[in-house]
Amino acid sequence: MSQLAVDREIDRSKMKVSDEVAIEIIGMNKWFGSFHVLRDINLTVNRGERIVIAGPSGSGKSTLIRCINALEEHQEGKIIVEGTELSSDLKNIDKIRSEVGMVFQHFNLFPHLTVLENCTLAPIWVRKTPRKEAEERAMHFLEKVKIPEQANKYPGQLSGGQQQRVAIARSLCMMPKIMLFDEPTSALDPEMIKEVLDTMIELAEEGMTMLCVTHEMGFARQVANRVIFMDAGQIVEQNEPEEFFNNPQSDRTKLFLSQILGH
Amino acid sequence: MSDKAYVRTEMLEPRDPPPSSVGPIHWIRENLFATWFDAILTILSAAAIIGLLIEVVPWLLSPTWGGTSLDNCRKILAAANHDGGACWGVISERWLQMLFGFYPAELYWRPIAAFVLLGVALAPVLFSDKVPGKLLYFTAAYPFFFPWLLWGGTIWGPLAAAAGFFIGYGVYVVASRMVGNLTGVIAGILAAIIWWLVLSGYAVDALAGIAPIGIEPVESRKFGGFMLSITIGVVAIGASLPLGIVLALGRQSDLMIVKYLSVWFIEFIRGVPLITLLFVASTLLNIFMPPGTDFDIILRVLIMVTLFASAYMAEVIRGGLAALPKGQYEAADALGLDYWKAQRLVIMPQALKISIPGIVSTFIGVFKDTTLVSIIGLLDPLGLSNAIRADSAWNGIVWELYGFIALIFFVFTFSMSRYSMYLERKLHTGHR
Ligand SMILES: Nc1ncnc2c1ncn2[C@@H]1O[C@H](COP(=O)(O)OP(=O)(O)OP(=O)(O)O)[C@@H](O)[C@H]1O
Ligand SMILES: [Mg+2]
Repeated sequence: MSQLAVDREIDRSKMKVSDEVAIEIIGMNKWFGSFHVLRDINLTVNRGERIVIAGPSGSGKSTLIRCINALEEHQEGKIIVEGTELSSDLKNIDKIRSEVGMVFQHFNLFPHLTVLENCTLAPIWVRKTPRKEAEERAMHFLEKVKIPEQANKYPGQLSGGQQQRVAIARSLCMMPKIMLFDEPTSALDPEMIKEVLDTMIELAEEGMTMLCVTHEMGFARQVANRVIFMDAGQIVEQNEPEEFFNNPQSDRTKLFLSQILGH
Repeated sequence: MSDKAYVRTEMLEPRDPPPSSVGPIHWIRENLFATWFDAILTILSAAAIIGLLIEVVPWLLSPTWGGTSLDNCRKILAAANHDGGACWGVISERWLQMLFGFYPAELYWRPIAAFVLLGVALAPVLFSDKVPGKLLYFTAAYPFFFPWLLWGGTIWGPLAAAAGFFIGYGVYVVASRMVGNLTGVIAGILAAIIWWLVLSGYAVDALAGIAPIGIEPVESRKFGGFMLSITIGVVAIGASLPLGIVLALGRQSDLMIVKYLSVWFIEFIRGVPLITLLFVASTLLNIFMPPGTDFDIILRVLIMVTLFASAYMAEVIRGGLAALPKGQYEAADALGLDYWKAQRLVIMPQALKISIPGIVSTFIGVFKDTTLVSIIGLLDPLGLSNAIRADSAWNGIVWELYGFIALIFFVFTFSMSRYSMYLERKLHTGHR
């Protein structure tokens, strides 16, 4: 497990956490059938926070962040994103989804569209951005993730790391206020992990509010301002990365850290 | 340093491959005579093909194009010393009938124009990258134009039918603004149906009274031959694809009623032989209709064949939908695309692409199944061939007639199959 995500200096000066609330989760519970997967989740995320969510497999990390953009439905409690409460009202769901970008473990690019079309699809059809403007913005973000030359290729012709960077650019093209990452590097080879983490760090440096489920503890140390540890559907411990790694309180956290960092 | 150590001092230039691994000789050895077993198979197949050709070619080349009856053909053959040749007289005498049935000869230009224009209407759909997209307006108008060219009558008929869509859409726009989307859709569909079934008749009569513009009507019973097969095939194919998509989506719907209606419809139609449906169309429907209603037989057959094809189409498309990873739906959702946009822009293009082989198989099957209409008395090529064989002049003719029908069907179905291969290659966007 890499200890450092990147070898360069990371500019933490712009990573300011504001007082304004981006996400508020109050007493949220969720069941899959009769299985109580998320239990009494309370979490407030301010604008500009970079939160890493860690925990053993099956602890509900993915389910938690998928609830935030209504890919999963919660049964109890409140989720308020940028002032809009997630309810079964479709209008609210659409509004929240346009504020929140999401990056998946398996990229989920649209294989029948070129990279550029992947990036312009939602801006054109959801935001009604004129095509030309959408394309310019897409090229801007593709340059940012350092693959403008691939714009006219199909996702199937790119490497995993490139695909994941396209997926990030595709989300950014919707100008989200919050980005969710669900194990964005877990399906990648070590070299490509670095490319993707680099991109994520740049995003953090620009002040994006980020929630990342990841096993990259180096990234957590360097970039996150808060690490959340989940187990059995609950938030077991949360703290600043320094404290979290050097001075874990709960036994479950200690066990987890010794397993992934130890040796 | 061990004695296995090695450093290359000179880099090698690429060379041509040895002659034994390129060229026709190599191809023959590789593909026809690679092993003993291959060699035996090659020789046996070659013998079979040559034997077949020796039999068939002289039969095909028989000089009987002028024959006026089977007896006359035999005389020509005996005179030419060409025993056992085909009797092509039946084709040269009846081919127009095989193509157009009993359609009035002076109006042949209408079906011909209809099918030529069909090609124009299909071009922007089939070859979207080579044909200007503006032609799609013509494609959209064509379904109203096509029946008018074939059946004739007043121009107001197809215009009124087209108006139904605008009326439905208008009602949808107004109603969805006032009472919500779903109610709007239902109101729109109801308005269109009421227009078509009740009001449009009066409107057409009134307009035809004011401005009698039209072309000579042709009755359905004069339709026949390949014109009939192609008409049924094209309509069933063209309508079953969108209907199949709707049914496949309906089957996956979260709305209980929609889901069960789709499942029941699909299972019922698939569980019943097409022949049964055609008999229902030809006889039973009349019993249920109020007496005196004149519900065109070809229209009834078209509806049945279309429903039949769309049930199969729905299942083929459902297979394509099932093959899509769940991540595609999630990515579309996460980007804020609503259900219909996600279906149209993300899901369907991929599901349809996966389903191309199945869709084209269904198309081919439907096109060939159109020959079943001969059983309820329509004069498609097979129905006509029975009539021709009943004629005393051609009593006893078999191969020439059926061979001709088979050849034309093959040309159509083979083109569909080649087109589907072309499309699959065109839509291939790299490994996933
Ligand atoms: N759609 C579903 N239906 C039923 N159970 C589910 C569903 N999705 C997840 N689960 C269960 O919920 C639990 C939490 O799943 P989740 O994917 O959130 O875990 P995770 O913390 O992301 O794990 P991992 O690190 O393996 O991704 C698991 O036990 C999983 O089996
Ligand atoms: Mg997970």
